[in-house]
Amino acid sequence: MAGQVATGSRSGLRSALPLLLPAYLWLTVAIFLPLSAMVFFSFMTELPLSGKAWSFTLDNYATFFAQGLYWTLLLASLRLGLEVTLWCVVIGYPAAYVLAKVFRGRSREAIFLLVILPFWSNGLVRIFSWAMVLREGGILDTALNAVLPFKINIDLMYSYPAVIIGLVHSYVPYMVLTCYLTLQAIDDSLIEAGRSLGASRLQMLKRVIIPLSMPGLVAGAALIFVPVVGSFMEPRILGGRTGTFYGTVIEDQFVAVFNWPLGAALSFILLAVVLVILALASPVLKRAA
Amino acid sequence: MATTRILEWCGRLYIWLLLAFLYLPVIIMALMSFNVSPFYQLPFEWTTEWYALLWQNDQLISATWNSIEIAIITTIISTVLGSAASLALYRYEFRGKKVLQALLFPPIAIPWLITGTAMLIFFFGVGIGRGLFAILLGHVALALPYVIVVVSARLQTFAPELEEAARSLGANQWQVTSRVTLPWIMPGVIAGGLFAFAVSFDQFVVSYFLSTPGQTTLPVEIYAAIRKGFTPEINAVSTIIIVVSMALMLLTARFFKFGGEK
Repeated sequence: MAGQVATGSRSGLRSALPLLLPAYLWLTVAIFLPLSAMVFFSFMTELPLSGKAWSFTLDNYATFFAQGLYWTLLLASLRLGLEVTLWCVVIGYPAAYVLAKVFRGRSREAIFLLVILPFWSNGLVRIFSWAMVLREGGILDTALNAVLPFKINIDLMYSYPAVIIGLVHSYVPYMVLTCYLTLQAIDDSLIEAGRSLGASRLQMLKRVIIPLSMPGLVAGAALIFVPVVGSFMEPRILGGRTGTFYGTVIEDQFVAVFNWPLGAALSFILLAVVLVILALASPVLKRAA
Repeated sequence: MATTRILEWCGRLYIWLLLAFLYLPVIIMALMSFNVSPFYQLPFEWTTEWYALLWQNDQLISATWNSIEIAIITTIISTVLGSAASLALYRYEFRGKKVLQALLFPPIAIPWLITGTAMLIFFFGVGIGRGLFAILLGHVALALPYVIVVVSARLQTFAPELEEAARSLGANQWQVTSRVTLPWIMPGVIAGGLFAFAVSFDQFVVSYFLSTPGQTTLPVEIYAAIRKGFTPEINAVSTIIIVVSMALMLLTARFFKFGGEK
């Protein structure tokens, strides 16, 4: 019996291979080999192109650890990721709860679609659209001055809050999506039972609803935190001079300074950070699955 | 009960506020693309001047065509290769299958900044260099995991007995696939294809690192324009993009729901 299974699985691979090979070959050439090449390059002094002499070195990593600048920027990016994630929880979780427990039927479907729709539209354009709202003499400025009796100047453009607003706007649909999926799975009778046993709303939230929806919260947090730490276009457009983060420095190495080996080292350090975070989040997610 | 009613009412209000937060900037951008003042001044006066100007901007037009071409080719290649891979993962048992499935997640989870710069380094190193071909290579790789995940989800609803029944009636492997399996998973394949189109058409980061001045896509061109300074022309083209990509996702949602229902 065991032998049969073994032959069965071997012939399974033989039949599967022609169907699998093109897709996985493509992924290897365009994703896995490049990621390996990046690690390799990060240990080089020069790009081995156009006959330049190169040798192996640890200098690129030494630069990261020796210069306070890169550390500071990585910390700034991690802080940005944390702040954006927290805002997304604060804004997105209640919305997911209302969607899952208050709305019913077709209106729920329609509104759910409306919430996650922008997420799939062009991110660059959505970030750009905030420029018109946030700048001095922009819509927010004009609208508030029309309503308020006193004169105020709203010029959030090119500031840290502008970057936060833009990023939260970009990523909050993720949090609504993941939390909605777990909240929707909580049986309403469970909530009724708890209520009839005398639990207050707050107790129900703390003891039942939040623990049961934890996987959704963690999944959303990981899905938001990781790309925000690596963001560079959003801080560039909305942050102006205050928008220097770890991601923008990596961008500079590749498009402005042309120090590719250092860029590769910085990218690889970011990848390591990202992998650690995903590894930390995975036990909670596995438990849910 | 009264408090419940009030809380529910607050909840509904809250959702509408969230929707306003999500949509207002985009709506304002769209309105401003029809405003006469190039500095976005109010009062609002209607014009289509900025859209007319777009037609004369050869750089933007050629970047737009590049984007559309790359998105279409990406859609075709990744849908075919991805559907084939999903079929293999569904049909056959073999060692290392779990690993292959797990390998689909790094391309989705790793920030595009890292993937994009890695592609730049590698493509340069092996002589592919930058340009439209490199962008296409990258886009297909980014779209493939999405197609495989979406088509696999549809395959989960397929009864393998149907394939066996067809086989026992004398159909060969090709007939089984084309007459039984493919028609069933078609909604998933279409949804996967639309996803692939959206991934490619909206892709900025990876295209940005792989483009050269003559060979770029629309989002890269827009980013360059934004950094030079805001103009109503960018508003106009951005408005077109957002309408196209939202329409595309509405379409995808229709098909994807199809996938979940049956």
